[in-house]
Amino acid sequence: MDKFLQLTLTGFTTGAVLALVALGFVLIYKASGVINFAQGEFLLVGAYVTFGLVAEIGVPWTVGVALTMLFAVILGVLVERLVLRSLIGEPILSVIMITIGLSSLLRAIVHAIWGTAGRPFPPFIPSQTINILGAVVPADRLIAIGLALILLAVFSLFFHYSRDGIAMRATADDQQVALSMGISVKRVFAVAWSISALAAAIAGVLVANIVGVSAAVGGIGLRVFPVVILGGLNSIPGAIIGGIIIGLLEAYTAGYGYHLGPLLAPIGLDAGGLSTVIPFIILVIILMIRPYGLFGQEIIERV
Amino acid sequence: MQSGVFHTTYNQDMVLRPMPAQKIRLALVIIFVLVFPFVASPYQLTLINQIGIASIGAIGLNILTGFTGQISLGQGAFMAVGAYGSGLLAARLGLPWWLAIPVACTITALVGAVFGMPSLRLKGLYLAIATLAAQQIILWLITHWKGLTGGVEALNVPLATLFGYSLNTDFRFYWIILLCLVGTVLVAVNLFRSKIGRAFVAIRDQDIAAEVMGVNLFYYKLLAFATSSFFVGLSGALIAHWRLIVNYERFTIETSIFYLAVIIIGGLGSVSGSIYGAAFMTLLPAMLNNIGRSLEDLIPYIANIIPFLQQAAFGLVIILFLIFEPEGIAKLWRDVKDYFRLWPFSY
Repeated sequence: MDKFLQLTLTGFTTGAVLALVALGFVLIYKASGVINFAQGEFLLVGAYVTFGLVAEIGVPWTVGVALTMLFAVILGVLVERLVLRSLIGEPILSVIMITIGLSSLLRAIVHAIWGTAGRPFPPFIPSQTINILGAVVPADRLIAIGLALILLAVFSLFFHYSRDGIAMRATADDQQVALSMGISVKRVFAVAWSISALAAAIAGVLVANIVGVSAAVGGIGLRVFPVVILGGLNSIPGAIIGGIIIGLLEAYTAGYGYHLGPLLAPIGLDAGGLSTVIPFIILVIILMIRPYGLFGQEIIERV
Repeated sequence: MQSGVFHTTYNQDMVLRPMPAQKIRLALVIIFVLVFPFVASPYQLTLINQIGIASIGAIGLNILTGFTGQISLGQGAFMAVGAYGSGLLAARLGLPWWLAIPVACTITALVGAVFGMPSLRLKGLYLAIATLAAQQIILWLITHWKGLTGGVEALNVPLATLFGYSLNTDFRFYWIILLCLVGTVLVAVNLFRSKIGRAFVAIRDQDIAAEVMGVNLFYYKLLAFATSSFFVGLSGALIAHWRLIVNYERFTIETSIFYLAVIIIGGLGSVSGSIYGAAFMTLLPAMLNNIGRSLEDLIPYIANIIPFLQQAAFGLVIILFLIFEPEGIAKLWRDVKDYFRLWPFSY
């Protein structure tokens, strides 16, 4: 039972981080129909900028995180203005490839400045362990869950009550109509990209705090696809619930996957690392039976 | 389709290279590929072999993505199937390489058709994500199916021999790659003059209209996946027999992305563009490396950042091409040719 609880908490932490990344992802997709393969690199940039400010320059962590958030917003706007703006109306392959090109460029810049070797992240988030019902959890993970939930609540409120949030939903629904109602679609895109980069930077700090600053932080960009497909590409609650489901699933597979070992052994298959591939198998199944995900709008074209 | 060229008979219309200039260029290319290996340095030979193999893979992907409009992020995995298939057939079953390669290509075609099935319900973005999943799943299977592939350890492939000569040098293997590339080009170019190829293009342009006009989407989409995967498998199998070692690290998602970049930069829906793209994307990092090495005396720090320069250049080239010339090098080259053919009345 201890193990189960432990795994559940681990799963929730992973899930919260995944949900945060997925949120930024869904935000951009909702507003502009762009699928952002560079989301993982936004995390990487966030983690390294905080690392550079706090550990290398030595500013207090509050200032460091605030500056990182500011930097992320600027980065988001710049990316939208310089790269994505010229691709409005282009085929989906071009849009996918340009974000892939962007991810390659961002990764190269980060690694050229800070190198590829993993470094310890400045420990400003307390990480002593806490005992909950017999399961031992580091406090930073609980903070990660808490922070993710707060951010998700803030974003939900933003979408329902703020002017920009409503404008964004309107744009997502129909760009033409939004334009004719006096909404600046360009502004909406810029806001979507900056908020998304902001969410990613915060997620990057949380991930770096748990695993250290390294190239691995960017790797989470690919793991977000099962989450957004499961939850629905254009659904904010979907991103949250999808993230938590995938997080739990990864944790349980990692924890109990070895029971499958004897089953797979006769054909020479090794069950190790099953938790990395299970989300993608789920992804394929979801795509086959319910491509718009659990909560997504059913707008996918049938062939 | 060139401007300023007027056909008056069906026979003229059917000719692959109707213009005198095209015939001269073809002759020049033939002379180049026949003479080059005799004058090239070993380093240049390695590069041109890489370009040849990348061209085959790029043509394969272009058949699927450029001509049929089905985005695939699973290229790396399909190449892995070809490489491991051919390598295992040669190493474990002792098949000669000239038999192992076509068998492996056929296996890859079948695997490609299976993973192409989601394309019947999904398109665009969703298909891209489905093929991304295929990439992750296939690569996981390859690295964990220890009983079959040896897992993460590299697979050693026996040396290929032909008529008593062992194909152990870049020079000797060059001719094998050249033969395969010429075959691939001929099949691809003629494919799009046939019923099948026209059906592929119709699916890309408007799938519903294509179906209304009697193109069986189920059949042709799977056929596109199978045809494409066959050539992709071929390029994987050639890597296996050229490098004599198969390692999963060569076939990750990075590889899939590399090939998508190749066909975008070369030109979507263009066979010759695939080759231009493959040459460009293979030579770009090599050039950067050489420039970096020659500047080492001036800027001592530069050697450390060469890998990042290459990566940054890779990303930047994709972005710049998509913004300024989405139709790729093939379009640039066509513009140059049009300019001179219509000169002095080019507009």
